[in-house]
Amino acid sequence: MSYITVKNLEVGYERKTITEPINFKVDKQDYLCIVGENGTGKSTLMKTLLGLIRPISGEITFGDGLKANEIGYLPQQTVVQRDFPASVKEIVLSGCQGRAGFRPFYNKEEKMLAKENMERMGIGQLADHCYRELSGGQQQRVLLARALCATRKVLLLDEPVSGLDPKVTAEMYDLIKNLNSEGITVIMISHDIAAAVKYATHILHIGNNIFYGSRDEYLESDEGKFFLSNREEGKKNAG
Amino acid sequence: MLDKLFTYLQHPIVVKALIVGVLISLCSSLFGVTLVLKRYSFIGDGLSHVAFGAIAIATVFNLTNNMLLVLPVTVICAVLLLKTGQNTKIKGDAAIAMISVGALALGYLIMNVFSTSANISGDVCSTLFGSTSILTLSTTEVVLCIVLSVVVIAIFILFYNKIFAVTFDENFSKASGVRANAYNFLIAVVIAVIIVLAMNLVGSLLISALIIFPALSAMRLFNSFRSVTVFSAVFAVICSLLGLIISILAGTPVGSTIVAADVVAFLICCIIGIAVKNRASSH
Repeated sequence: MSYITVKNLEVGYERKTITEPINFKVDKQDYLCIVGENGTGKSTLMKTLLGLIRPISGEITFGDGLKANEIGYLPQQTVVQRDFPASVKEIVLSGCQGRAGFRPFYNKEEKMLAKENMERMGIGQLADHCYRELSGGQQQRVLLARALCATRKVLLLDEPVSGLDPKVTAEMYDLIKNLNSEGITVIMISHDIAAAVKYATHILHIGNNIFYGSRDEYLESDEGKFFLSNREEGKKNAG
Repeated sequence: MLDKLFTYLQHPIVVKALIVGVLISLCSSLFGVTLVLKRYSFIGDGLSHVAFGAIAIATVFNLTNNMLLVLPVTVICAVLLLKTGQNTKIKGDAAIAMISVGALALGYLIMNVFSTSANISGDVCSTLFGSTSILTLSTTEVVLCIVLSVVVIAIFILFYNKIFAVTFDENFSKASGVRANAYNFLIAVVIAVIIVLAMNLVGSLLISALIIFPALSAMRLFNSFRSVTVFSAVFAVICSLLGLIISILAGTPVGSTIVAADVVAFLICCIIGIAVKNRASSH
């Protein structure tokens, strides 16, 4: 059984569907990229997967020992967070909140987990720094460390590189790829199709037509060919 | 001057006022940090106007204990206001403005049309700006205030980590299985209780000050959520004590003196904040 199986899922707001029925599944250690133009419902799909909004029809099943709240989420940054007075440690620890349940304070194990994940993301030395004074790339690492506190299995990343410069973007992609090879399943929303084709094992393309398949199948598909031909043209134009 | 202060401190009335003042400003500063960060700075204003409207209605119906009406109405409005944050038909700030102005106008209208009192504008003025009623508190009121404050502070400490998680990132919290809606509801109820309590002290117009000044001052100086929370609590207590003592000695209105103390302290914090930053960057 797969971690996540999605059957005939239609997503949207206030009973209005914004996508065609979507079908896909996510297995252990997959790297799924959800690509598509702006406004095609990528973020809405992700929020539906997380249970933040209800699906309009269709079903999402979790299996293979994955529970619905065992997904680590890396949201897009909000305005509120940009000037939020909080230390890196406090934010990463808050990722343990789900497992703490009704217990009011964090225990030793959770504090250790937060520390490990900060080290893992290379931000251990920033633990007492203020979140709002970090660079964009560092902030993403903090949020990634928090997401890792919430899960050992699946990460859902919503445009993790938006607003980052090319060097930091490449570092971020490498970081995510490493996590994936360490055994964490990755689901990433992106409109960077080039990166999706480079790193992902599977691709879900949302738009007028919906495509789901492995990376190689995608490159053979109409959507994939369209993208590739655009890129060739782009290269020609640039050259 | 000090002699005069010590003579005043012998009066149980003054002691009661100090206890109530300190507790209320402590409670509002604790939750103020969350409200300011959630962009709900004006909720104090909005809800206190709702409470004002409710008081007007209670007065007209000659309710002996107007808390029975005021508290539930304010709680309901608080829950509705904090809920609009997620559902975006009417944005949070517009919803607060709407309810605030609406309730204020309605309250004044009702008081004007139905009131039997000879001094309506005096009544309205004291409800809005706070009367000297903090100096006429009965022992029951003081005990009630102490009990509620202890409950509020206990809730804050027990749910501190959850309040932080929900304030920083509601969607993430929900996704990782935290019952964010329940905690938002809890925050709304507590806020409503604090505001109804605080109306006695500073009146409805000045409650916002008790909520936002400590939080904003602390954010000028500190960088972690915990230090901001602790400092804003200390800030609130010191300013309220100063304001109360000055108002007693100088005979100025209690509410506005406390707020004036808050404003001055806020400016001092701003200056220190800028100085610290300049020093850090010059090193």
